Amino acid sequence: MVAGLSIAVGAKQLSPAEVWHGLLRPDSPEYAVVHRMRLPRTLLGLVAGAALGVAGAVTQTLTRNPLADPGLLGINAGASAAVATATAVLGVASGDIWYALLGAAVVTVAVYAVGGGRGATPTRLALAGAALNAVLYSYVSAVMLLDAASLERLRFWTVGSLAGARDDTVPRVLPFVAVGLLVALVSARPLDALALGDDSARTLGARPGAIRAAAIVAVTLLCGAATSACGPLVSVGLLVPHLVRALTGPDLRWSLPYCAVLAPVLLLAADLTGRVLGRPGELPVGTVTGVLGGLLFLHLVHRGARR
Amino acid sequence: MRADTPRLVGRAMTLAYERRTVAEDLTVPVPDGSFTVIIGPNACGKSTLLRALARLLRPAAGAVLLDGADIHRRGTREVARVLGMLPQSSVAPDGITVADLVARGRHPHQGLLRQWSRDDERIVAGAMADTGVADLADRPVDQLSGGQRQRVWIAMALAQQTPLLLLDEPTTYLDIAHQVEVLDLCARLHEEQGRTLVAVLHDLNQAARYATHLVAMRDGAVVAAGEPRRVVTAALVEEVFGLPCRVIDDPETGTPLVVPAARRRVGPAPA
Repeated sequence: MVAGLSIAVGAKQLSPAEVWHGLLRPDSPEYAVVHRMRLPRTLLGLVAGAALGVAGAVTQTLTRNPLADPGLLGINAGASAAVATATAVLGVASGDIWYALLGAAVVTVAVYAVGGGRGATPTRLALAGAALNAVLYSYVSAVMLLDAASLERLRFWTVGSLAGARDDTVPRVLPFVAVGLLVALVSARPLDALALGDDSARTLGARPGAIRAAAIVAVTLLCGAATSACGPLVSVGLLVPHLVRALTGPDLRWSLPYCAVLAPVLLLAADLTGRVLGRPGELPVGTVTGVLGGLLFLHLVHRGARR
Repeated sequence: MRADTPRLVGRAMTLAYERRTVAEDLTVPVPDGSFTVIIGPNACGKSTLLRALARLLRPAAGAVLLDGADIHRRGTREVARVLGMLPQSSVAPDGITVADLVARGRHPHQGLLRQWSRDDERIVAGAMADTGVADLADRPVDQLSGGQRQRVWIAMALAQQTPLLLLDEPTTYLDIAHQVEVLDLCARLHEEQGRTLVAVLHDLNQAARYATHLVAMRDGAVVAAGEPRRVVTAALVEEVFGLPCRVIDDPETGTPLVVPAARRRVGPAPA
């Protein structure tokens, strides 16, 4: 339903009938708007939402920190920094997935190394991620301030937006997201064992090192792909797993599929909100999810304070 | 395999963390069907020994043999079906319910293709009943008392259905009533279900009361091992803990009871 609305509502007002024509009749004047912009945008919202929601749930379990987010591990920042560099220095069109994946992978390895390698603990991973995060976002800001051209190109992208979606965006990121989702789903049960502590996981017959590696590969693929297409969308990976856990409890086997479904709904709803509020232009979806994330944090702080 | 070799043996082990060597040439057989308790002063290497037996620490030399084979040469999952362990450092995920936590004990019996079954359901229910937490099944673990929580963790280890179960200081942080409750539970599991239990305990008197086999350690070496009555003597307690004491019969059970010597007065007695 949200997907339907996302196709129907936009900067250019169309009646439902016009949208319908646009979807199905190539000769109608609305065909271009619907097929070239709204449809790719909606599909991207579905794919990126699922990727970020699942990546968030995996990250929170991996770091044993319910407030963790792929952003917290610096992975989105790494992807952003790589894309910003590629755009400013090499003049590559924004959103090239390989640079984003490379950046995500480099930061993931760096966080893992700084966080203690094989002896990595959740706290050290989170601290290392937060440190790299701060450095990388400063770097992205610096690149953009120094280079007016990339600022113009990346302005929307760095806030996180679905507006950059083109015909080829989803086909380009989908394979990476699909592999990432598959790895995440296969790792769900061992990750549940790991959530009990490394010693408990080992005594249950799981191998913490291998599980962490698999989970990090999954998060890197999911976040790298999503970030390359729509910039660092904050908070989706934080918000959705939180809401889902309230429904399903902390078992990843249950919560992952829910995240994969609910995160796109939230993302598209936020995108719609941005388009409606921002008329005649639009607010990038990243600002809307950012506000939602902030509100959730406030709520959690408030609840924590009352406990 | 010779008939008199127990299922679990630590043989000629050197146990070390990155820099520090904790024990050298340590040999510890765990008698089949025993409730073995490891005692000794702080930092004597008793928890390290337990970690080695549980496959959590790889001996720098020597080996832990499970059913005659080096435990590190066998698959993690395969070992986890025979040998369970309740570590000290377990974390309950936020908001997890008792039943969900206990169910995670079934992990080594499941696979990608072998999913949750009615058998698993029955075993989890049984483990909760055995530990007296069945009534708490739907409660979040973080809302339970320390004693209840420890019983939930034991239930999880039981759901793993291993003939061998190791417990690292299962009574730490519990008040005395809950300590006794947990140890009574362990004794019942040992007697009624015939499991081999190995526990690290701090309290000598509890160790002497519940163990069928005691291992006393000091400075990474086994000073004495055997029946509590043979091991717990005034001379041994002084040797191992440096504590002068008397050993009397426990009025409840007749097992050895250690009574520390009163502090001798130094200087003139108060007028």
